[in-house]
Amino acid sequence: MEITPMIAGRARSAGQRFVVSLLAGLVAVLALLLGVGVGPAMAESTDPPSSEQPSEVGLDENPFRVSGNVKLNSEPLAGVHITVTGGGYTADVYTDAEGQWRVGVPEKETYTVILDEQTLPEGIAVIDEADETPNEKEAEIGPSGRVTMNFFIGRGERNTVSFFDQLVERLVNGLNFGLMLGLAAIGLSLVFGTTGISNFAHAEMVTFGAVAALFFVGFDIPIWAAIPLAIAASAAFGLTLDAGLWRPLRRRGVGVVQLMIVSIGLSLAVRYVFQFFIGGGTEQLPGNDSPTIQLFGAVQLSVIDLVSMGLSVLVIVAFSLWLLYTRMGKATRAISDNPSLAAASGIDVDGVVRVVWVVAAALAGLAGVLYAYYRPGIRWDMGAQILLLLFAAVTLGGLGTAFGALIGAIIVGVLTEVSSLWIPADLRFAAALVVLILILLLRPQGILGRRSRIG
Amino acid sequence: MDIVQILSNTAGSVLSPVTIGYALATIGLAMHFGYAGLLNMGIAGFMAIGAYGYAISILSFGFPWWGGVLVGMVGAVLFALVLGVPTLRLRGDYLAIVTIAAAEVLRLLFLTTAFEEYTGSADGLSGYHDSFRASNPLPDGRYGVGPFTYTEDQWWVRILGLAALALALLLVWALVRSPWGRVLKGIREDEDAVRALGKNVFAYKMQALVIGGVIAAMGGVVYALPASVNPGVYVTSLTFFVYTALLLGGAATVFGPVLGSVIFWVLQTLLGNLLPALVEIGVLPMSTSQSQTLRFILVGVALGLIVIFRPQGILGNKKELTFVK
Repeated sequence: MEITPMIAGRARSAGQRFVVSLLAGLVAVLALLLGVGVGPAMAESTDPPSSEQPSEVGLDENPFRVSGNVKLNSEPLAGVHITVTGGGYTADVYTDAEGQWRVGVPEKETYTVILDEQTLPEGIAVIDEADETPNEKEAEIGPSGRVTMNFFIGRGERNTVSFFDQLVERLVNGLNFGLMLGLAAIGLSLVFGTTGISNFAHAEMVTFGAVAALFFVGFDIPIWAAIPLAIAASAAFGLTLDAGLWRPLRRRGVGVVQLMIVSIGLSLAVRYVFQFFIGGGTEQLPGNDSPTIQLFGAVQLSVIDLVSMGLSVLVIVAFSLWLLYTRMGKATRAISDNPSLAAASGIDVDGVVRVVWVVAAALAGLAGVLYAYYRPGIRWDMGAQILLLLFAAVTLGGLGTAFGALIGAIIVGVLTEVSSLWIPADLRFAAALVVLILILLLRPQGILGRRSRIG
Repeated sequence: MDIVQILSNTAGSVLSPVTIGYALATIGLAMHFGYAGLLNMGIAGFMAIGAYGYAISILSFGFPWWGGVLVGMVGAVLFALVLGVPTLRLRGDYLAIVTIAAAEVLRLLFLTTAFEEYTGSADGLSGYHDSFRASNPLPDGRYGVGPFTYTEDQWWVRILGLAALALALLLVWALVRSPWGRVLKGIREDEDAVRALGKNVFAYKMQALVIGGVIAAMGGVVYALPASVNPGVYVTSLTFFVYTALLLGGAATVFGPVLGSVIFWVLQTLLGNLLPALVEIGVLPMSTSQSQTLRFILVGVALGLIVIFRPQGILGNKKELTFVK
């Protein structure tokens, strides 16, 4: 029985723990004597595991379940040894490739979950300042018959990375994510400004860029050439959509809400077309495992991240100059402001809108390629995953304003990354959406928008 | 290719709990979108509230099954209030984005491992059937004719689902022909005109949001009743599918939502059975999983075509368009 050495290993309130262990031992002995429930389960657990490092033990034999995740900065850690003991039952389990483990347990009571720190990678430890033995946790089976026990893992020799370093790292990552979102969001915002469409299919324009890059890489085209080709393909996709769908609909005088629902239909159709061709799995672009570079402090970035940020900034600056100083850019802003007045002053609205679709699609395509590296991986629904973040960015900045969308995107990107310091990582997108809802409550016109736009 | 089996499965989908659940959700959405003109894109959230409210109150708090249904309804009322207070003053597409975001926040909260003890996280919830099945007055056995042969438990789900559907239809039918319903339709056509008549537009919209939300939550309960609650169901695509069913049948009609849902699921089941069979005999040059994806491509295309060419739906009246804004 592993209970005794484990309990003795604890420093504080050893007496109290001793009583608990004594009781647990008694229960075990009683159960053994009576030969109920626990007996076969114990026999099962003492057998050598079928595969070398099982991530699921005794799920079929036992009614209750203890499970958990072991992650380091939202990256799963595989092969970490977890021991679950209690009530005379012991099970050993190892985390799988997703960092997950599951153990079936026979009784509805409290179990002790121990993480073997020897199996963690170098320089990494379980972190919990309030607990002297953070790698041991008590798990009580809840009313639903299951309990989750997650370990908070951090870098460092058995101590925490300073909060400041973590914050800086998240800020830099958030900026990277925000710039990438910004590329897609300015296009979404321009389209809204010039045509009034809340384009749900913008997500698929993002995915299109990544899928196109994957397509070209499939022909043994090197990645530095595949990315410009993918962006060109995206631009052509935007042109096709405008010429084949949106322009005829504009001619028909279809209403804004109808256009929005058409874009939803388009989004569904195109998304499943992607799934039709690339399947439901995740594909990788070459170079996604580029080396990381130690920047200042604890901040580490991969080469791809740095290139991605540089490229985003470059493209955004070029786009801004285009929007501010060229004839076409000025015409775009004029139409965003007041389409009828722009048309009356001799601006070719249809032509400008076509250019806007092409530019928006090209920017979205680039964002898609960068997102494929950021996630990392290409999935048929990857764009749909960030669509609401894009809407949040556009709304935050003020619907229809390109620079507002950029500011909004950076805020949303930083917020999603930084918020995972306090809330579970799988809720970080929720934080951005809550901000979206709050913004509409407090300042519906957004940061740079004007009151008249909200109707 | 087994034509009889395919047709039998397709016929069976008319009475399946999924179809009944969709029909209820679509009736709720008709209340929001068809009659009140509210572009609610969070219908998946209302369905999730119903399903999780039912399952969690039974599993975690030991409620009887009817208690779970009540919890789902109360949850929908609360969600409608929380959603409506900030957003009902916003213009159409703003409302759409906020409601879709709220439904997604809700889904992420059900999905996160932080509350796995109650929500089951990515595994969802199951095994909450004891109390519901114990309430079944039908004796054990299989009943019915042809494709409509079910066990006593399957019949009990369908009977209660159809009862809820009938109640919802009766409620909507009575409401929309009442003075209250006329005011609501007035708000849809011209909000300012109704306000000028001294009506409290916000209160009417809120009442419509609550009533439709509760009906949609019932749809979520019926959807979850026979099997399990799976967080992968309540994604934004569910909202879009419900919209497709609604617009197909007719948004501003009483029976359109039911007709739309039945057609939607009959076609889905037919294609879901027929396309793989066609792949097997070599007519369609693709894999079986690709043929399943093809169904959803067609849903998207159909949604776009309906909105452009027949926005009033099958049963709708061209004069009573819901896209006035």
